[in-house]
Amino acid sequence: MDYAESYVIVTVFILLGVALPVAALTMGRLLRPHQPTTDKGISYESGVDPTGDSWIQFNVRYYLFALLFVIFDVETVFLYPWAVAYNDLRTDVGLFILVEMLIFVFFLVIGLLYAWKKKVLEWT
Amino acid sequence: MSAMTFLGPVVLLLLVLGFVTIAILFERKVLGWMQGRVGPVQVGPWGLLQTVADVLKLLLKEDIIPGKADRILFKIAPVIAFVPAFAVLAVIPYTDRIVFADIGVGLLYFIAISSITTIGILVGGWSSNNKYALLGAMRSAAQMISYEIPLVMSVVGVIMAAGSLNLTEIVKAQESLWFILPQLIGFVVFFVASLAELNRTPFDLPEAESELVAGYHVEYTGFRFAFFMLAEYVYVFAMAGLTTVLYLGGWNPLFGWTFLPPIVWFAAKFLLIVFILFWIRATLPRIRLDQLMQLGWKVLLPLALVNIFLSALFKEVSGIGNFF
Repeated sequence: MDYAESYVIVTVFILLGVALPVAALTMGRLLRPHQPTTDKGISYESGVDPTGDSWIQFNVRYYLFALLFVIFDVETVFLYPWAVAYNDLRTDVGLFILVEMLIFVFFLVIGLLYAWKKKVLEWT
Repeated sequence: MSAMTFLGPVVLLLLVLGFVTIAILFERKVLGWMQGRVGPVQVGPWGLLQTVADVLKLLLKEDIIPGKADRILFKIAPVIAFVPAFAVLAVIPYTDRIVFADIGVGLLYFIAISSITTIGILVGGWSSNNKYALLGAMRSAAQMISYEIPLVMSVVGVIMAAGSLNLTEIVKAQESLWFILPQLIGFVVFFVASLAELNRTPFDLPEAESELVAGYHVEYTGFRFAFFMLAEYVYVFAMAGLTTVLYLGGWNPLFGWTFLPPIVWFAAKFLLIVFILFWIRATLPRIRLDQLMQLGWKVLLPLALVNIFLSALFKEVSGIGNFF
């Protein structure tokens, strides 16, 4: 299988993934009833009339987790090519390749420990 | 390029829809048996048509979009959630012959595409303009990004052992020994993290019906809701497939029993994983949100990092080094 064809197939998968919901919902439009009333359009709030705006404030901690996520996700971007090439690099330069990654991960772990000590991970 | 380029994915889509239909029934049956009930028995023989009836019911339900909702985002959110769930199936090698897209960075593709679902959930929860939906979506997103880190880090050991991101080559590297043994720590971290990524018990907080009603899809009705559920079960298919490929040797036979065809071996391991997912749902209660976050960041992430360096060190031990 050549390189380009693989990505054509990936594209076919994505197009099919879009086509299924679109087709099913379009077909459903012909089958399902459609009798809108204003009462049906009220936001659900356990049966009581909704109070205030629904786009409410939420806990700032979500942002801290998002920040942590970005840091460690970028780390994986670096880890993956390193892991793929590890066996080759080990025969070339020896365990220096492991030490290098240890240093990199060490700095990130300091960040995790800092967040840990600051009780960012506690959620209370 | 041949007709199979277009026909193959369509066949797989139908197979996956069939799998989801059976899996939902099987899950309810298994839960029933484990709780001393019989499960669905009314629709069709042995309840076989229960899911079909449920889907038809959803198809005939009125489609209600809340008046305050952001209509465009509300409509595309289920699509954003579903598309990546199906698109990741392109790279899974079912046998050495049945591979749809044999791309070099298969594993990276799987992980990158699957995280797009989080955006679908966030968009769905936000656009509903409902307090429960917004809180459920934020929780869901926090959970999914927190467990994505241990998930992607736990597979680094497998990549180091196989020396490739191509899933076919990862399976071929397991001909002598499946990675579940040398990568046992990685497997445990991967499995727990994948449960959380799938939003399954004990990590089904996004759906916490006792506190958030239904989480991010509170305002969704009919088929739009069905597509969120479908995405979840297609992910069960994808994750069980990925676990089989990464840790259980894919289509490689056990005890050298090559008289069974490779696809049977793949299916057997795959179904075992699916059964374990349902078994866990019947066994464990839902954990609290603070426990969830602490488990992800304080236990699984350090374990995954330790696993990477242990794998690297075991490579130096003579005798068993070849397996790492």
